[in-house]
Amino acid sequence: MILRFPHAPRILSHASAVGKKESEGFLKGRFDLSDETDLFGQKTFEQAESEMLRLSFNAAAAKGGIKESEVECMLAGDLINQCTSTSYGLLDYNSPHFGLYGACSTCAEGLILAAVLTDGGYCRLVSASTSSHYCSAERQFRYPLEYGGQRTPTAQWTVTGAATFLVGREGDGPRITEAMPGISVEKGIKDASNMGAAMAPAAIETLTRYFEESGTSPSDFDLIATGDLGYEGHAIVHAYMKQYHLFNYTDCGLLIYDREQQDMHAGGSGCGCSAVVLSAYLLDEMKKGRLNDILFIGTGALMSPQSVQQGLPIAGIAHLVRLQNG
Amino acid sequence: MNIDKSSYQKFAEGRAKRSKLLPDCAKAFVVGGSICTFGQGLLDLYRFWGASEAHAKMLVSVTIVFIAVLLTSFGIFDNIARFAGAGTLVPISGFANAVVSPALDTKAEGWVLGVGAKIFTIAGPVLLYGTLASVLYGVYYYLVGLFG
Repeated sequence: MILRFPHAPRILSHASAVGKKESEGFLKGRFDLSDETDLFGQKTFEQAESEMLRLSFNAAAAKGGIKESEVECMLAGDLINQCTSTSYGLLDYNSPHFGLYGACSTCAEGLILAAVLTDGGYCRLVSASTSSHYCSAERQFRYPLEYGGQRTPTAQWTVTGAATFLVGREGDGPRITEAMPGISVEKGIKDASNMGAAMAPAAIETLTRYFEESGTSPSDFDLIATGDLGYEGHAIVHAYMKQYHLFNYTDCGLLIYDREQQDMHAGGSGCGCSAVVLSAYLLDEMKKGRLNDILFIGTGALMSPQSVQQGLPIAGIAHLVRLQNG
Repeated sequence: MNIDKSSYQKFAEGRAKRSKLLPDCAKAFVVGGSICTFGQGLLDLYRFWGASEAHAKMLVSVTIVFIAVLLTSFGIFDNIARFAGAGTLVPISGFANAVVSPALDTKAEGWVLGVGAKIFTIAGPVLLYGTLASVLYGVYYYLVGLFG
């Protein structure tokens, strides 16, 4: 099922805020805000994540010359239990708010729903925000921060970052023309240190379904970017989609860090990963006219610490958004 | 595209890079060995300073635990451990780190529900099953004493 938006709402403004490691990676200097303490002036990492979300919203509004009160609905989500980073981050604003959870696919999920709300004429201006913080995610999903363990080569690094996108029908900016919501796909991967392999089947499912239903092929696009499959997932997608000749396919988890120099193993992950790369790199390139028609696929691993401990396989989901200039 | 589950699992697991066994073992051997050699040096030193064998052994553990705790608190231990792996994990330094790192992490949730409740989240199984093993060994030792 492809959602086609007749009014093709635009991303009017967007902004990103990131931590130290992200600001030193491949996209150095491209983010709107960064903090080298990763705390953003807060006492705890959970509060820092909320603050990042707030800062990214304010920056996006300021860049677009948009008043907070003009935003009629806020869509936002994160990885922490009960989406508290989001709730506290949006506490200052006086707009209706929907909390989203799509694991690391939340950015794409938010953009799709923002497009639905604005294209349908229900709202004039909607914000879609996402955040993740390495320190809060690590605490919840893995080990304490100072624990002396070794990561496996397939492990990914949760991005400390938040981004906000303001979506509306009137104004300037890349258009959201089509979207394809993802289906949960589980192919028996149980290793929580290999999220790329757990999520890749979902990305393959969504991409092949999109190409079939739309009658397009990868060569119709300037770039195809998945959210956070990292080195493993990216290679698996290539291997399984050989017949599609994905010559223009990349992954946000590979774009954000210098994997070798920064010792990032299989690359970046987390809901912040695809969000900050979309804002700081992909949309920026679209603005400069170097990219005009792209597929952005948010990928999420639908698991919890308990489901992993109970030995359940990890399901993945991948939501696709088509962004076009014009 | 319909992806076959079992062949996918095999493919994904087959292509996933493993940790490099030989270099990791070598690093663990050098770092772990250095910690143990340091411990032996300490033991000799405490003995030289007049401590009894039993006291000196206890003091060695206390000293290494103290250093590991200090390095964990300063955020240095995990960097060494990333290189050393089992070299820092297996000696008592690893145990100290496993107790202190959750304590540091959960400070924000308070002394009771944070530090108090979570301090043994990693070391807990070692404590529980270590104690259980010693009880079983005690029973065995007693029974062997009766009939032996």
